[in-house]
Amino acid sequence: MEECLNIASSIEALSTLDSITLMYPFFYRPMFEVIEDGWHSFLPEQEFELYSSATSEWRLSYVNKEFAVCPSYPPIVTVPKSIDDEALRKVATFRHGGRFPVLSYYHKKNGMVIMRSGQPLTGTNGRRCKEDEKLINATLRAGKRGYIIDTRSLSVAQQTRAKGGGFEQEAHYPQWRRIHKSIERYHILQESLIKLVEACNDQTHNMDRWLSKLEASNWLTHIKEILTTACLAAQCIDREGASILIHGTEGTDSTLQVTSLAQIILEPRSRTIRGFEALIEREWLQAGHPFQQRCAQSAYCNTKRKWEAPVFLLFLDCVWQILRQFPCSFEFNENFLIMLFEHAYASQFGTFLGNNESERCKLKLQQKTMSLWSWVNQPSELSKFTNPLFEANNLVIWPSVAPQSLPLWEGIFLRWNRSSKYLDEAYEEMVNIIEYNKELQAKVNILRRQLAELETEDGMQESP
Amino acid sequence: FHHYRVSPKKAALGTLYLTATHVIFVENSPDARKETWILHSQISTIEKQATTATGCPLLIRCKNFQIIQLIIPQERDCHDVYISLICLARPVKYEELYCFSFNPMLDKEEREQGWVLIDLSEEYKRMGLPNHYWQLSDVNRDYRVCDSYPTELYVPKSATAHIIVGSSKFRSRRRFPVLSYYYKDNHASICRSSQPLSGFSARCLEDEQMLQAIRKANPGSDFVYVVDTRPKLNAMANRAAGKGYENEDNYSNIKFQFIGIENIHVMRNSLQKMLEVCELKSPSMSDFLWGLENSGWLRHIKAIMDAGIFIAKAVSEEGASVLVHCSDGWDRTAQVCSVASLLLDPHYRTLKGFMVLIEKDWISFGHKFNHRYGNLDGDPKEISPVIDQFIECVWQLMEQFPCAFEFNERFLIHIQHHIYSCQFGNFLCNSQKERRELKIQERTYSLWAHLWKNRADYLNPLFRADHSQTQGTLHLPTTPCNFMYKFWSGMYNRFEKGMQPRQSVTDYLMAVKEETQQLEEELEALEERLEKIQKVQLNCTKVKSKQSEPSKHSGFSTSDNSIANTPQDYSGNMKSFPSRSPSQGDEDSALILTQDNLKSSDPDLSANSDQESGVEDLSCRSPSGGEHAPSEDSGKDRDSDEAVFLTA
Repeated sequence: MEECLNIASSIEALSTLDSITLMYPFFYRPMFEVIEDGWHSFLPEQEFELYSSATSEWRLSYVNKEFAVCPSYPPIVTVPKSIDDEALRKVATFRHGGRFPVLSYYHKKNGMVIMRSGQPLTGTNGRRCKEDEKLINATLRAGKRGYIIDTRSLSVAQQTRAKGGGFEQEAHYPQWRRIHKSIERYHILQESLIKLVEACNDQTHNMDRWLSKLEASNWLTHIKEILTTACLAAQCIDREGASILIHGTEGTDSTLQVTSLAQIILEPRSRTIRGFEALIEREWLQAGHPFQQRCAQSAYCNTKRKWEAPVFLLFLDCVWQILRQFPCSFEFNENFLIMLFEHAYASQFGTFLGNNESERCKLKLQQKTMSLWSWVNQPSELSKFTNPLFEANNLVIWPSVAPQSLPLWEGIFLRWNRSSKYLDEAYEEMVNIIEYNKELQAKVNILRRQLAELETEDGMQESP
Repeated sequence: FHHYRVSPKKAALGTLYLTATHVIFVENSPDARKETWILHSQISTIEKQATTATGCPLLIRCKNFQIIQLIIPQERDCHDVYISLICLARPVKYEELYCFSFNPMLDKEEREQGWVLIDLSEEYKRMGLPNHYWQLSDVNRDYRVCDSYPTELYVPKSATAHIIVGSSKFRSRRRFPVLSYYYKDNHASICRSSQPLSGFSARCLEDEQMLQAIRKANPGSDFVYVVDTRPKLNAMANRAAGKGYENEDNYSNIKFQFIGIENIHVMRNSLQKMLEVCELKSPSMSDFLWGLENSGWLRHIKAIMDAGIFIAKAVSEEGASVLVHCSDGWDRTAQVCSVASLLLDPHYRTLKGFMVLIEKDWISFGHKFNHRYGNLDGDPKEISPVIDQFIECVWQLMEQFPCAFEFNERFLIHIQHHIYSCQFGNFLCNSQKERRELKIQERTYSLWAHLWKNRADYLNPLFRADHSQTQGTLHLPTTPCNFMYKFWSGMYNRFEKGMQPRQSVTDYLMAVKEETQQLEEELEALEERLEKIQKVQLNCTKVKSKQSEPSKHSGFSTSDNSIANTPQDYSGNMKSFPSRSPSQGDEDSALILTQDNLKSSDPDLSANSDQESGVEDLSCRSPSGGEHAPSEDSGKDRDSDEAVFLTA
């Protein structure tokens, strides 16, 4: 009994280390040869080049080089060309956490953009900031209007004014229309996850109680809410031909869910493995989603941790929902999403350590730990995560957000509660069907070539 | 008639035709004449709604879960249509049903062949009957003992005609215990009957002997399970009416067991409630989950599955025979026997085997199709989704065992459609006796032949006869996982294509497999030619071989433009969002890839395709012509603007 308690307390202590530098990534020595260093796989400069050929309206700014302007931003950000660094510094003082509006996505099809930021610090007396207004307007084409999507309900947004926050007054941003959606935050999401996992683990209840527990967890309600907002954002860009600015309060949680999901919908590249990795790098890691705070204990957290929240898991679930509706449009499979979920919470790699680039820099993660991407992007690993059904689809994909279309993600929530034997067999069979087809294709091509060669030889013998 | 069909999302102007068999709505759009065809027999309810500025709305709900709203400018016209439809949708004579006028252009011989495709005597032979323990009885020749049973029945060898007749007098509607399924491996069997007329104390020696005979027919076990599929309270209530259940004291060596499945009235209301949820206009997640739970539908599905699992386990693991009954033994008993058989025997999980199963447990044993599915105008209290529930049980199993079934979801959906369509004669009437009197086989066509002819559309690409999942008994987890049972949107929201996955893995894989087959053939041909040429060269003869066209990659690409689906109404009713997005009214022309690859032999059956089939199909479904077969999903593939139904 005593031994048992000792073991329990040791595990408890080891699983809740206070110091990041004591964590596994700092001791992990890879057993594989690093072909490509993941720390350099997705550099902001390279990402910028992808759209700099299509537009010259944007530039890279190094204003945050020392993390002085915004501690949660990376050193390099993309901003409108016409706005200089001095203006950015001023805008930063007007935005929550210094998170001035930056470019998140450029829609090549029509030049519309998604920007993201923290909330404007208007406070109760309606403070305004000329540079902020100028920055935002600089992204609009002449005569065009844009949309500001506030991920909070109007009343929540209004309440934040008392604490110095707020939202853009339409009078000061006449070219912009504000839309409020309400995506839940922090502890509400965390409670939702705890309830859901409880329901999944309870196998004694009858059918009715299962459905009501699923309902009571509100998890699928959050999924629907987030997806709907992302779809709305994508619709503004692609269908309304309008640029958008997205923010909530800090701009590090619901904001990123929306900006990244909108890109999944709009941008075929983000549905490839490389593209999705780049998206996570850009919209989550670089954008300063506080992984360290959000992904510490997951659902079985007995002490209430103030900052714990499954924001990233909700994002992955939403991606899975779109993948389920468009099973041939993604280069990666469900296992890829599950793997990312696992590494976000516990990993031998340094990628998800720290809350932002500034912290990662201080921890010297690039020197002291291995990047997740170095491991994932090896051909042997990639094959496990590749969707055999993938056929590049260059179109915008509009998912359904009807409740009937949004089931529970069994692969993650019922993973340990039900055998997946038969589903795995089905997956294997699917891979076999496709592999066999490819094999035959290759054989036929070889024979065709051989035959063609023989027949030309034939012809040559004939002609002289 | 010129009528409008309008909905908040989309208005389509068009013309309505009422024919003897169909309601046809033809849209006036200049480019493609879109048509919606609805069989009168599919109409479940017609509702006149409050007149609006645009006209009088008429809401038609169909038995295959399609919902259509017609808006007719003139109140008088609307009333006329309403009255006509009510008459047309409620025929009083069998002869008025579609199958008597439906003509798929087959000659007499082909029709007859269609009817013998599924042969029950063959099926009993396949089970290994007759044998040392079981024999074919002619006691029900000319339906003398039980008019809702078939004439061909298997009974234990030791059950004499005296015992059978005696037992039949002690059973509701004389439905005495007979064999439903025989499990070759261990001689255990599944038998079925109606409830005994035991009241509070009545006994019947012959009935007791009958059960004993069933036990003796299985030398491997010294008892028989008697499974009463009703809730215990219901069964007890029946005793007051002189019916009831077996008293364990009177029957030697039986183990009696209740497995509570609710009656047809509870099921009817449950489905009604679930469909109300499906019909909600943009419901929240909570509305949906609450509604689904309150309907109790999935709980009922689970009850049926639990009973089937219990019986399958008793037979395969304990080697015990089981007698199953409910009240009359034609609803719950049919559900449970067929679920158990499906779990036990891989044959029933094949295309043909599944047809056999329905033919055996449902059609031959007198499931009252006419009453349950309201083919003729009748007592609405008799209507109940009994076979729908069985079909859903099969789908739930397919979800858990994706490789175990030779057929796919579409097969189930089309069978469900035809149970209500009355386009084929299979499901007419309430019993074999009635069907024979009506001479169904001489006057109508068989659905099974039609499905078999188009079987390419119904195959599950993941099925492989030698695969572990396709062998033997399907083993479900012993712990009751309630989350196993899921809402089947592919059935209940099947006309809202926007809600379904936009790319079909099944169709994709079928296209791959088809291409694989072509490649195999080409490979063989190439190898042959190579060999020939090499020989020829060896012989130094100069024969020029003809270059054949290299076969094109048939390409099952999903990056077809047709995938360009359109966004839904994501903004809700938000005022701040601009005018309706121009796209909202667009049809959801989502794609399923294989329009070109899955060339169905029957163009009407290409229900897998969301694309408008356009003009070429018009010819074969012109209301006047009628010489071609408008089929299953005439509504489905014809009708593309599900946006209408979303908000109807």
